[in-house]
Amino acid sequence: MGFLDRDHSIAPPGFNRWLVPPAALAVHLCIGQAYATSVYKTALVKHFGASLTEVGVIFSIAIVMLGLSAAVMGTWVDTNGPRKAMFTSAMFWVGGFVIGSVGIFTRQLWLVYLGYGFVGGIGLGIGYISPVSTLIKWFPDRPGLATGMAIMGFGGGALIASPVSQALLKAYDPNSGAQGWVASGDAVGKLFLTLAVVYLAYMLFGAFTVRVPADGWRPAGFDPAKVKAAKLVTTENVSARNAIKTRQFWLVWVALFCNVTAGIGILEQAAPMIQDFFRQSDGKSLVSAGVAAGFVGLLSIGNMSGRFAWSATSDVTGRKRIYMVYLGVGAVLYTVLALAGSSATALYVVLAFVIISFYGGGFATVPAYLRDLFGTYQVGAIHGRLLTAWSAAGVAGPLIVNGILDAQGKPGQLNAASYQPALLTMVALLIIGFVANLLVKPVDARFHEPRPERRTSSMEA
Amino acid sequence: MSSTAHTHGAHEPVKKSTGRLALAWVLVGIPLAYGVFQTLTQVAALFG
Repeated sequence: MGFLDRDHSIAPPGFNRWLVPPAALAVHLCIGQAYATSVYKTALVKHFGASLTEVGVIFSIAIVMLGLSAAVMGTWVDTNGPRKAMFTSAMFWVGGFVIGSVGIFTRQLWLVYLGYGFVGGIGLGIGYISPVSTLIKWFPDRPGLATGMAIMGFGGGALIASPVSQALLKAYDPNSGAQGWVASGDAVGKLFLTLAVVYLAYMLFGAFTVRVPADGWRPAGFDPAKVKAAKLVTTENVSARNAIKTRQFWLVWVALFCNVTAGIGILEQAAPMIQDFFRQSDGKSLVSAGVAAGFVGLLSIGNMSGRFAWSATSDVTGRKRIYMVYLGVGAVLYTVLALAGSSATALYVVLAFVIISFYGGGFATVPAYLRDLFGTYQVGAIHGRLLTAWSAAGVAGPLIVNGILDAQGKPGQLNAASYQPALLTMVALLIIGFVANLLVKPVDARFHEPRPERRTSSMEA
Repeated sequence: MSSTAHTHGAHEPVKKSTGRLALAWVLVGIPLAYGVFQTLTQVAALFG
């Protein structure tokens, strides 16, 4: 398996760096399927005779494992390079689908937990961070654009997986024409196996296309002196072990946690929320279920495009400033949504779209933010550790929103006013994140890795 | 897009590799475009 080693993936002279983003996208588009699990959720509930919560645990395990494996495996990914990481991610992610399909065919829910949730979740975490530090090294002049392109794929993966899965479920189930049709377990099992084959091909394409730049490589026309001129952009390096001892790491952790928690608050409730906001006094909503589904689709596009557009913009504005926009402008937009969102559907849709684009932008910009603060040395490992903020937000966001909404009334009886406490809580969170981001300063020199020339000169002295 | 690159401090022109580059982007671009199109079709209900 030596061909997977970092040494075997060093780019030959003249390698075109624009081959690296599609390699990264190939992996992220596959693992982004994690956000399309709702397509077969009802089918699994029926197949296993389980509750929605019991089936929902599959996704929860996967997301928790994403955060944990990214945190634990980050250093391994940095050491072994993107090819081995992408290959390993493919084995886990595809293995998860195969084990999950066995669980579905044999009606063993625990096997789906183990397969898609545990094993697949490890693939998610390794796959998510695998191309990040490589892209930053290939694009030192535009790190935000580069990571935005890759992480956009995670948002886009669900856009592909949802319609494809729906079409395959229909094709695999002979009863798909029946009224009130819910896909059979057999069809979902076959869907898992099909996805496993397709994802294996795509992820291996990514693994064998990706290259790391040779030591000392830099793009033509790139002047590191210009980067040095920016106050928050370091030319030093900080190890992952030292990074978590710095105030800056935890301030960015809080900023990301607050941004993600606020975004999840809307994403989790997107469809019922728009219907509740425009509920009339007779209890009927002006927004139909079909229109609400369209709104969810629009948010997915906002999430995906925000990842690319805002992250690319951060190359011009700087990372700290763009985070001030995500959190500061986000807080203002959330307030307008809470207080005036029900006045017009167009206003509501525009506000939610921009808020979700900030949510996506926060994910895509953070690797470049870490590069600015801690250098490129172990940025992948540091990014992996930071993603624990995502796992924490994945638990906190729905807990906050569902807890507050439960106290406001029953689903189907809620209106715009019912959402105000939850939305204003998100505003408070965004303000906390804004302050945390405001406090980010350059990392103290005592955390920097010694430079080789410094070591030599100190030995000579 | 950069047309040249430095490797070990020396100028090394980037190989065009247009076919490989196009194939790589098509492989990821087509599914993505399909997904966006399908979603926009669904979104149309919002404005319909």
